[in-house]
Amino acid sequence: MTDSPSKKERPLSPHLQVYRPQITSISSILHRMTGFALAIGLFLVTWGLIALANGRETYEFFMAFCASPLGQVLLAGWTAAFFYHLSTGIRHFILDAGFLYEKDTAGRSGWVVLLSAAILTTLTWGYIYRDFLLEGGVL
Amino acid sequence: MSSLLKWHKGGLKSPLSRAHGLGSAKSGLDHWIMQRVTAVGNLILGLWLLWSMIAHAGMNYTEAVLWISEPLNAVCMILFVISSFYHAVLGAQVIVEDYIHNEGFKLFKLLGQRLVFFAMGVACIFSVLQVAL
Repeated sequence: MTDSPSKKERPLSPHLQVYRPQITSISSILHRMTGFALAIGLFLVTWGLIALANGRETYEFFMAFCASPLGQVLLAGWTAAFFYHLSTGIRHFILDAGFLYEKDTAGRSGWVVLLSAAILTTLTWGYIYRDFLLEGGVL
Repeated sequence: MSSLLKWHKGGLKSPLSRAHGLGSAKSGLDHWIMQRVTAVGNLILGLWLLWSMIAHAGMNYTEAVLWISEPLNAVCMILFVISSFYHAVLGAQVIVEDYIHNEGFKLFKLLGQRLVFFAMGVACIFSVLQVAL
């Protein structure tokens, strides 16, 4: 408790709770969150490859999990995270090159990224469930 | 635990003297570059994997073994594992460095997640080779 005055508790940046959510901050936070989710998704990749190498039974158990409602929801979530992280990743490359820093382009590109992730995810899962959607008369 | 890093010691030191001598890590650029190299790798290989999984959705055991035994698929799968795990380790490192402020726990997390991702990556590559060869 004999710390110097400079070590006093001081507010830390980014100090999330005092800022109004904006598309620029939201896209940055979502980029992190989806990246984290995708890293967790590597456990599924590892499970699948080990299960395949281990033999028929473990592979079929893995596939049954993927086909289960929980598995499908997780896979859909990871697809969305993948497309979002991919889209923001491309935006980051453009930022690295020195573009999109103006207030309006920074905001608009955030929305473009969000929209592209939503469209790509919908198209992908629409394609996966195309037979189901066709039978149900949705398409 | 609070004395793990130099800048935690010496409450009587001024902020400047605490920072003195620590210098730059001189290794940050490599992190930045490899994050982007693996990002491009993930972009290509991730789309390849997603496309493959959709095109061959619900492969049975024999089909899956045949699929991964194709040299191109085996090589792409191993490349995907290397690129994605590398990228995940770099990203996880940044998250831990930003949000975990306890030096001991931070060290534990950084060490632990590298070892776990490295072990998982090796297990993945070994599995691919075991099936493909």
